[in-house]
Amino acid sequence: MAVVFDRTKGLTSKIFHYCPGCTHGVIHRLVAEVLEELDVLGKAVGVAPVGCSVFAYDYFNCDMHEAAHGRAPAVATGIKRVHPDSVVFTYQGDGDLASIGTAEIIHAAHRGEKITTIFVNNAIYGMTGGQMAPTTLIGQKATTAPYGRDAEHCGMPLKVSEMLSTIDGAKFVERVSVHNASNIRKTKKAIKKAFEIQLKGEGFGIVEILSTCPTNWGMTPLEGLKWLEENMLPYYPLGNFRTPGEVE
Amino acid sequence: MAKILMKGNEAIGAAAIKAGCNYFFGYPITPQNELPEYMSRELPKVNGCFLQAESEVAAINMVYGAAGAGARVMTSSSSPGMALKQEGISYIAGAELPCVIVNIVRGGPGLGGIQPAQSDYYQATRGGGNGDYRHVVYAPSTLQETVDLVMEAFDVADQYRMPVMIVGDGMTGQMMEPVEFKELKKRELPVKDWITDGTKGEREPNIINSLFIDPQELEDHVNDRLEAKYRIIEEKEVLYEEYNVEDADVVCIAYGTTSRIVKNAIAECEAEGLKVGLIRPITLWPFPHKVFDKITDKTKGLLTVEMSTGQMIDDVKIAIAGRKPVYFHGRTGGMIPNPNDIVNEIKKIAGGEK
Repeated sequence: MAVVFDRTKGLTSKIFHYCPGCTHGVIHRLVAEVLEELDVLGKAVGVAPVGCSVFAYDYFNCDMHEAAHGRAPAVATGIKRVHPDSVVFTYQGDGDLASIGTAEIIHAAHRGEKITTIFVNNAIYGMTGGQMAPTTLIGQKATTAPYGRDAEHCGMPLKVSEMLSTIDGAKFVERVSVHNASNIRKTKKAIKKAFEIQLKGEGFGIVEILSTCPTNWGMTPLEGLKWLEENMLPYYPLGNFRTPGEVE
Repeated sequence: MAKILMKGNEAIGAAAIKAGCNYFFGYPITPQNELPEYMSRELPKVNGCFLQAESEVAAINMVYGAAGAGARVMTSSSSPGMALKQEGISYIAGAELPCVIVNIVRGGPGLGGIQPAQSDYYQATRGGGNGDYRHVVYAPSTLQETVDLVMEAFDVADQYRMPVMIVGDGMTGQMMEPVEFKELKKRELPVKDWITDGTKGEREPNIINSLFIDPQELEDHVNDRLEAKYRIIEEKEVLYEEYNVEDADVVCIAYGTTSRIVKNAIAECEAEGLKVGLIRPITLWPFPHKVFDKITDKTKGLLTVEMSTGQMIDDVKIAIAGRKPVYFHGRTGGMIPNPNDIVNEIKKIAGGEK
């Protein structure tokens, strides 16, 4: 019988620990497929965050380094400066990147570190049990925002891609989503582009991926995908913010 | 090789480069700035990389990445900055990576001051970061000893796969002394087959990690890997200087630049007929406990002298285990102990006034 679909070589055979309906699994596969298609698994070094994807080091089939919370871009900087020919990426959630790690991501972008950041934005702290993130939407309930996020009390949700696109060193910034098949395909294209930019030595690249957290949103997986489309897309518009060539 | 006159902070940088350190990540803070400045000037000449990080937190995490990638790598700071680095030091210790960290200590707590101090002894030896970990801490007293130990530190870090800290103070960093860069006694260093330099399709992926979610796995990691290594280091890597410890009237304990002041005080006491000993820990961890066994019944008491309100004195009390009274003399906040005050303290102990 012909094999029509198989696991990408970019992933190990370890079973994901993610909740049912969580889109981390889809995003892992897209990143892994891109690494395989670009034939860079042998020179790839991934940096895992703290958060739901903390065990990413067990899933990607390449050298991996588990960083402290928010510090992945700094760790990736150290690796890339030692091995400039390696393909270095960070995989970070919104608590990791948009809260505790804002200094590290801004300055990695600012220095134009030749690394690729996969930023998974699901508008909540997943692993710790559904606390408010900088990206939590106005009115969205979280365990530390039980009455819903109030802008007067804790500000508006942080738009990371818009913010980073003001930085010269950030050569590729694109926001995508994985709430349906066509957007999953666009997500893969953006991830591939971000890695190609690293391979060309053009500078820092980040792909912000809107993602669901059915468990902590208190929804079924399908409700989660619909909620993302109806609530996150209006506030976090999809699209490319920066591409080399347009930068100068 | 001829001796050259160098400033402490620059001598540390030169020693590091001679030891094969090609990567340095740092952040400005007084009184250690000449060290990153020196590295920014000299590392490009050896195809190395100096990078000024956005914070001490980022700097130590860049060290974490570079160490995992197999480099000989260094960072430096001073007390408040060293407090920020503790997160990364804990991860580096947990993930068992080699690196060298320099703390040119200034007064605290908080922003404190910028003058020499020894008030980071607890931070250096008790693990300022979280968890059950240790790292070697060298406390040189002269610039010659500083460059020797900096060079040795990279080998020790590689041999045991752990961070090694050099503790100086504002005086070590700022003063000038003649130094000579000597060939080190070669240690047998393990091959770095665990680094993240890409599998090249030729091996299984390497993973740098300090997370062990299963409690039994974590206990095994701490006991079988870390603690086992620490016991070997306590056995093999203790360094200290001793002088007239047996049958002394009083034995002084001091490290770093303070020990030089204490030596002057001891010479003055000897001129007056007193027999005064000195124990100078060169490794603050592992602490030289065993040499305290040489202290005899004839000794009236021990005097610990520090530029702090008394931190190393805890280790001195553990080492002497209640056999002799332990007294303390210290200045803090950047104030330097005066030899005459130390002489008076020694005389009081010898004369039974204390």
